Amino acid sequence: MELDKQQLEEMYRRMCRIRYFEEAVIAIHSSGELIGPAHPYIGQEAVAVGACAALRDDDRIAGSHRSHGHPIAKGGDVKRAMAEILGKVDGFCKGKGGSMHLADFSIGILGESGIVASSVPIATGAALASKLGKKDFVSLVFFGDGASNQGSCHESMNMAALWDLPVIFFCENNGYAITTSYKNSVSVEHVSDRASAYGMPGVLVDGQDAIAVWEATNEAVKRARAGEGPTLIEAMTYRFEEHSLGLDRIVKSRYRSQEEVDEAKKRDPLDIHRAAIISHGFATDAECDEIEATEKAGIDTAVEFARNSPFPEPGDLFDDMWATPV
Amino acid sequence: MKTYIQAIAEATIEEMERDETVFTMGEDLRQSVYGATAGLVERFGEDRVIDTPLSENGFFGAALGASLCGMRPIVETVTSFLWVGMDQLISQASKMRYMFGGQAELPVTFRIRMFYARGAAAHHSDRNYPIFMNTPGLKIICPTNAYDAKGLMKTAVRDNDVCMLFEDGIAISSRTEVPDNEDLPGGELLVPFGVANTVRAGSDVTVVGIAGGVQHALDAATILEAEGISLEVIDPRTLVPLDMDTILKSVERTGRLVVVDPAHKVCSAASEIAATVAQEGFWSLQAPIQVVASEQVNVPYSPALEPLIYPTPEKVVTAVRAVLD
Repeated sequence: MELDKQQLEEMYRRMCRIRYFEEAVIAIHSSGELIGPAHPYIGQEAVAVGACAALRDDDRIAGSHRSHGHPIAKGGDVKRAMAEILGKVDGFCKGKGGSMHLADFSIGILGESGIVASSVPIATGAALASKLGKKDFVSLVFFGDGASNQGSCHESMNMAALWDLPVIFFCENNGYAITTSYKNSVSVEHVSDRASAYGMPGVLVDGQDAIAVWEATNEAVKRARAGEGPTLIEAMTYRFEEHSLGLDRIVKSRYRSQEEVDEAKKRDPLDIHRAAIISHGFATDAECDEIEATEKAGIDTAVEFARNSPFPEPGDLFDDMWATPV
Repeated sequence: MKTYIQAIAEATIEEMERDETVFTMGEDLRQSVYGATAGLVERFGEDRVIDTPLSENGFFGAALGASLCGMRPIVETVTSFLWVGMDQLISQASKMRYMFGGQAELPVTFRIRMFYARGAAAHHSDRNYPIFMNTPGLKIICPTNAYDAKGLMKTAVRDNDVCMLFEDGIAISSRTEVPDNEDLPGGELLVPFGVANTVRAGSDVTVVGIAGGVQHALDAATILEAEGISLEVIDPRTLVPLDMDTILKSVERTGRLVVVDPAHKVCSAASEIAATVAQEGFWSLQAPIQVVASEQVNVPYSPALEPLIYPTPEKVVTAVRAVLD
């Protein structure tokens, strides 16, 4: 392991930030303030944080509908993220994108996508730009086990392997595409098994362990930056909440048992990381408590900021359509 | 005199020479199967002339992603293959900039060959630009001659939004005078978007032609001239943005409008133009607007059937007589 105290603490900080952010979104949903759909990332924090810890600021990421964890892990400002979710003018996208479309191009976040797998070709193209422009940034795209079955995923993996593009295909296998088990939708045991079909390495990693995710991603980033091409990483994880807020009122029957959910929650990624950095002597209980308190306060501030931010004006409706005005 | 394809090829070479971030990608470019990319790989190298796998959704998206990171891709494809890449065209290309609050710049030019009326049947005869007019966020360009093809293509490559340039399969072998750069003020040919071209001035009926419809309108004008009927033929050149002012001003003078559009007639470019004139130019009209567009039926293979569905000069003549009746 090459991570130092500061990096390991920062990873814990960002995992806490995502957890408390999502808890705040759930509370906002309960109070009726939430405008559209939202898909909580709780339970998967180690994936985004472990992966983004291996990236530089100028490396690009793209993501999916379960969309709050990735930008926060990449270093996105939670105030602007929360403002976006509340449809406010100070949001990342001035209130035009909402929960599923967070993006901050200034730190390499090329955007989440409400259409699953649709951002996979985009990230592949970012990697193509890196290669053609003789730059050394890499791109990493998060997608789920459900998205792994989309044609755009397969097309992108073929092109990236063919052209040795510096892209990391990062599958977050949380077990379910809404209610459909990946065991009922993926033809092989693991999504990462498919890598060999494209002639690239496939790596299976414990997605509840941020350090393990970092290690796998770091290797893939090294390969990519060295011009050795793409890697497919599959992190086994679990979403602790329902697919989207409020869906529990719609689904007709239990598609995952309470025992299964309870069992998965025993492997909480925050607990695992906290225990790891304490046991290895990188942080103390008191330091971790301090991080948690600071991050909780930060989310309170973000919610207040978002609530106080104004809605866009009607006159803003047609802004941002064109880069070259018509 | 240059052909439309020569004009596209010239524009591509000039833009690739001017700006090293411009590159081309598509299927069979290096062999120039569609005629406009011959010699590019020898001139610019394999990095800038990329033969892609048959994966439209994948490489359309890759072009978009590359454009977000400083590149200016020119993507060559065919109308009927757009369907395979619709997810990237609609969910990403058209929406990304707005959805991300203006952060995204997507300087991608899709060059889209529009084959029809050649016995290629329903899977290779699509004239589908109206579908993309209906999707906010895409610039739609329909050059109808070599001059405009070159000038509009160069403008598209420099534009920072997604441009879809539909190359009409009937127009592509036509020849037009295209001035050499040294004979042009500014040293190059750039045709702005959103400026219609009055191809032929006239006084009795305004005929707006879309893509290959322009030539049908001009042919009809020649036929009717012998009878002393004067047509004003307008080529909008770009459908997004659309220069309605020029059309409305012409209708103000003529009081009569025919729109000729090779697309299927329901929700076509023609129906949009007709609706706008009905709404904004109603008091200028002296007769109901006539639309000459493709019949609402799939494109049949047999030469006994296929020609029946498209606009023809004769159909335009009939429509003109109807508005003059």
